[in-house]
Amino acid sequence: MHRTLAIIEREMRRFRRSPMLIVMSMMMPIVQLVVLGYAFGGNVKHLKVAIVDQDHGVPAVRIRELAGAIATGNHTFDVIDYSDVGVALADLRNGVVNGVLTIPPDYSRRVITRQEPTVALISDNTDSFVSATLSATMAQVVGSLGQPVKTTIRTPSQPSLQLVEVYPYVPYIQYLLPGSITMSIFMMVMIGGGIIFIDDKARGLHEGYLVTPITKFELIAGFNISGTIRAVIAGAFLMVIGSLIAGVPNPLDPMRMMRLLLVITVTAFALISMMFLIMVRISDPLLPRAVFGVLNTVLYFPSGAVYPQQGFPKWMQVIAAADPFTYAVHAFKSLLLKNTGFEAIAFDLGFLVVFSVVSMGAATMLFRRTL
Amino acid sequence: MVAIDVRNIVKRFGDFTAVKGISFQVASGEIFGLLGPNGAGKSTLIRMLTTLLPPSEGTALINGFDVARQADDVRKAIGVIPQAMTSDLELSVEENLLIFAKLYGVPRDRRKRLITELLEAVELTEWRDKQVRNLSGGMRRRVEIARGLVHEPKVFFLDEPTTGLDPVSRVHVWEMLQRIKSERDLTVLITTHYMDEADKLCDRIAIVDHGQLMALDSPMKLKASVPGKNVLEASFSSAPADWIEVLRRLPDVEEVTGHDHVFRLATGNGPATTMAMLQTAAQMQVSVDSLAVQSTTLDDVFVHYTGRALRDTLQAPAPQDNPFMIRR
Ligand SMILES: Nc1ncnc2c1ncn2[C@@H]1O[C@H](COP(=O)(O)OP(=O)(O)OP(=O)(O)O)[C@@H](O)[C@H]1O
Ligand SMILES: [Mg+2]
Repeated sequence: MHRTLAIIEREMRRFRRSPMLIVMSMMMPIVQLVVLGYAFGGNVKHLKVAIVDQDHGVPAVRIRELAGAIATGNHTFDVIDYSDVGVALADLRNGVVNGVLTIPPDYSRRVITRQEPTVALISDNTDSFVSATLSATMAQVVGSLGQPVKTTIRTPSQPSLQLVEVYPYVPYIQYLLPGSITMSIFMMVMIGGGIIFIDDKARGLHEGYLVTPITKFELIAGFNISGTIRAVIAGAFLMVIGSLIAGVPNPLDPMRMMRLLLVITVTAFALISMMFLIMVRISDPLLPRAVFGVLNTVLYFPSGAVYPQQGFPKWMQVIAAADPFTYAVHAFKSLLLKNTGFEAIAFDLGFLVVFSVVSMGAATMLFRRTL
Repeated sequence: MVAIDVRNIVKRFGDFTAVKGISFQVASGEIFGLLGPNGAGKSTLIRMLTTLLPPSEGTALINGFDVARQADDVRKAIGVIPQAMTSDLELSVEENLLIFAKLYGVPRDRRKRLITELLEAVELTEWRDKQVRNLSGGMRRRVEIARGLVHEPKVFFLDEPTTGLDPVSRVHVWEMLQRIKSERDLTVLITTHYMDEADKLCDRIAIVDHGQLMALDSPMKLKASVPGKNVLEASFSSAPADWIEVLRRLPDVEEVTGHDHVFRLATGNGPATTMAMLQTAAQMQVSVDSLAVQSTTLDDVFVHYTGRALRDTLQAPAPQDNPFMIRR
């Protein structure tokens, strides 16, 4: 046991004197949190919509007024008047405008005679996000206009959907925070338990350990406990800094911090075990550097950290189910966004513990006490 | 008493045999040198003796313990300085020693006393709180030597402790080793490329090449075992084709080797052979471009036993590192 402590002491002393390590493991998650948070979090604004009015009747003018109101109101789009459909479509194709709204010549007549009046929205569907926003907003415009036209009588017996929001609106940056905390833990594990671990091995530092009477288990415990401590420090740092940046309400609530710290610790150990299993038979210092990006992508994106997993194809859902990030992110989301208790995260903790035990067991079996 | 007993030890890596059945014994208290060019198998041999690599065949006993079956007893008895510098750059000199004392389970009170003593011995007392990254290569080696002795081992293995150091640091390291050795009951096994060092320091020397033991004796006896007392090295221009035959017939010459224009003559009487050679050269109108006369050194011993000069092979890559090199 004292030998395990000696290894931990050595690793922690080295860690204290390499502040770059902690900066490096913090930088990527924080930059991603801020940039992704603001890049995806906002509503789309100032889309350019060409309006070609071939009707000029009173109902057509109403549509243009309403569109103009949105343009000056929440700026979702700006309106540009075109007289020629051909020119408008050419501009759409060339990216000058994002969508073309045509009001056909018989529009007013159909409104008056109630013969299903239609306007057409042609949008550039190569950007699905933009075209979805545009058609949703246009549907609103036409809908509000169509109210007096299409009169439907509401009866109390008709079923209707009422939306009740349980939690206050969550900005996207807060939605991203759980993934960022998980990533900071991963970065520390990748650098400390992957890159530096293999560099030490290649430099012969492990030879120094192996000629002492230390046992295999003392050695493994020393490496992994010190790695877990480092990763917990990184995760805890990001929990506090990230909560402040993302504006999580009540960020320093002690009960929640306790639970968060528990999840951080279990996650750190799960990721260290996984990394140790990957690196246990590796000696080439290039390898951890090469797998760094791949591993990060494969673990981070399927975890539901940036996009709900329900939107994934089947194969990616399979990856997600085995990905320890998934459970860490889910637990952090419960605690940070909904401030839940233990029941909500029990399964996540259970999975991560089992994952750790299995990986660590396999790695221990593969570990060799000779060169 | 026998401190190191190596019995027909073999190490294979796949179908390449790095150590081909080496046997020798090192007596307690001896300084034993392993000499050999790059890739000779020195590090592989040391790794087997220090339990880092399991031998493919044969055994070795360190202080009576089998390296394969009683590895932990061996580990308690030995101190090891690997070929690569392995001290922690971020840690101070003292912390480096402290961590290893803890790894070896040296009790707290002994720890303090030993570290102070060892820092004194390697002359790093005033550097004890400095981070190792601020130290020169030679000082770093001395930290490692102290670190290897922090649990008072009986047998000390050093793999090329002076390679890469400047001549002054090299001398310093050797003197230090000699002094440390004289103050305690220690057996030392050391590998090196430097003949002059081995000559001065080692009680006995083993010459290893291609994983085989080529010669083993005290430096004196090794030098006596090669032909001649002196070596002449000379180069000529406009020498006739049978010049090497002419050189062989000179008085007291025992052996002549040569390629290009450089010839090496082993002789029992350096001055006489030199005079005769110069006269013969003048008569036959051969001009002498360079001439050196030396007493036999371990370098010559090395050339004699391995068929090549150590300083040449130092630069050349080991044959198995380069598939395009033809083995001679
Ligand atoms: N793990 C290994 N796998 C395969 N071949 C190896 C391994 N370790 C060493 N070798 C080979 O065994 C031979 C002996 O290597 P070794 O390191 O023992 O030489 P050395 O005498 O210490 O040389 P140097 O002076 O360069 O340190 C070399 O040719 C080397 O390529
Ligand atoms: Mg070597």
